[in-house]
Amino acid sequence: MVKNLSVDLCGVSLPNPVIPASGCFGFGAELADSLDLNVLGGICLKGGTEQARFGNPTPRIAECREGMLNSVGLENPGIDAIVAEKVPQLRRVYHNAVIANISGFSVEEYRRSCAKADSCAGIDIIEVNISCPNVHNGGMAFGTDAASAAAVTKAVKEVCRKPVFVKLSPNVTDIVKIARACEDAGADGLTLINTLLGMRIDIRSRRPVLAAGMGGLSGAAVFPVAVRMVHQVSRACRIPVMGCGGVSCAEDVLEMMMAGASAVQVGAENLRNPFVCPEIIAALPALMERLGIEDIREIVGCAR
Amino acid sequence: MRGNFFMIGEQYPVFFGNHFIPLMAMRKTIFRIDSNGPVGKDIFRLRISTDEPFTARGGQFVDIALDGFYLRRPISVCDCGSEGLTLLYKRVGAGTEKLAGMREGERLDALTGLGRGFSSESCRESALLVGGGLGAAPLHLLCRELLALGRKVSVALGFNSAEDIVLVREFEALGVTPLLATLDGSAGTRGFVTDAISLARPQYDFFYTCGPLNMMRAVCSMLEGGGEASLEERMGCGAGFCCGCTVRTASGAKRVCKDGPVFRKEEILW
Repeated sequence: MVKNLSVDLCGVSLPNPVIPASGCFGFGAELADSLDLNVLGGICLKGGTEQARFGNPTPRIAECREGMLNSVGLENPGIDAIVAEKVPQLRRVYHNAVIANISGFSVEEYRRSCAKADSCAGIDIIEVNISCPNVHNGGMAFGTDAASAAAVTKAVKEVCRKPVFVKLSPNVTDIVKIARACEDAGADGLTLINTLLGMRIDIRSRRPVLAAGMGGLSGAAVFPVAVRMVHQVSRACRIPVMGCGGVSCAEDVLEMMMAGASAVQVGAENLRNPFVCPEIIAALPALMERLGIEDIREIVGCAR
Repeated sequence: MRGNFFMIGEQYPVFFGNHFIPLMAMRKTIFRIDSNGPVGKDIFRLRISTDEPFTARGGQFVDIALDGFYLRRPISVCDCGSEGLTLLYKRVGAGTEKLAGMREGERLDALTGLGRGFSSESCRESALLVGGGLGAAPLHLLCRELLALGRKVSVALGFNSAEDIVLVREFEALGVTPLLATLDGSAGTRGFVTDAISLARPQYDFFYTCGPLNMMRAVCSMLEGGGEASLEERMGCGAGFCCGCTVRTASGAKRVCKDGPVFRKEEILW
């Protein structure tokens, strides 16, 4: 029962399609003492910005049925520290694909930060986050408008030689329109979805649970939304898609790939179970055997 | 004895039995519930065990998975030994209500090896432990560590009322009689734990505190000398990689779950 789990993302080969999603696995090294990082197909780093950011006040985390909300607000040490310290630290112990996730507050800022990520030897793929719902005038503002999404994509592509994936927001009426705009502007691939904007209210204090008021909903609750959007976008675009949103088990990975994802990111589930990615990877061969799948690439987009 | 410390990275060692051993890395452990029942008003004691070797130091916590709840529940370790782990928790919401309903023999999935505990090695001769409410729980394990290090230990505990008092017998079993304060005067000194300390004036060269933020702020401003306080924050992962519980400190942004929950008093921006 030797199964082929390897996948390819724009010329970057991954031993398997399972990648911890941005913001749900730190900069990787945080987990190095607890699990064998090298079983992971790739690691997507916590989102970086040009300047270091503290992020939002606490509470930044709220719970809901089958999911959670976060309003971390892009806490990060800044792109220079990520490139100079975080990536080399991870590279000492990790050998598979490293994906840098970059956010910004202007097209120029995206361009400058992505250029720095592009020239960092330890980074294989650049994921442009135009979909963070937790910062004002940044992130999602670019991801909810096709012209802005295209402008960011075009600016980043001008300065990057490495594959550029654009991470899209689900908080739009027509995800396909945004996806096509990014593809037309030169994106090498797409990641979807980021979190859905949500809110919880504490009925005792009569106030929002999150200090920032609103936050991004993730977890199992959003999985069907993500599958639907991956399916729509992968059929409308020719570039590869990384599927993300509510994935919590090996079955979800295959479902996301059948929807059209070439690789699959696991987000909030890491917060419930930091060992879930290795557990999923270990479970995939037996599940593929039961479903008669020899090579995982054969199922990408098979659900018509 | 200090020369025998086995240091790994930034982490402190743990005293366990007669040996110092390094802190465990975060891992997932399936425990067996040995007992789970009320010990005070809405306060429960949970005893759990595992066949795997296990250690924790005072101030560290475990993160418990509960069926039907998306995120884990962090609970500080009250005691840790060959018989297993003891946790004290208060029934405050649906999650702890669920936990309170779990019975002997059931399995409990917990992440262990979480948090940076109190630095028992910061105390030279005598320590003062100041707890408020359930904040007494991590101080119990710390008290054992300090006594094993040969330090003198004084304990002061504050509660709302006599019916909220916990752990006094457990401290007495270690040979330490806690100073008590209750807000309604139903036991010990009437008032705050700081009032009980002002009256008794226990000797110490380093203090450790855990309890409500207002209480710890009062303790840290009143007590002279070095000290540490254990912060509480709503957590995501509990293990330092989601940045859900980051707070500002005098030494920059710190993750309560990983860089803390214990911080030096000078670091905390009240």
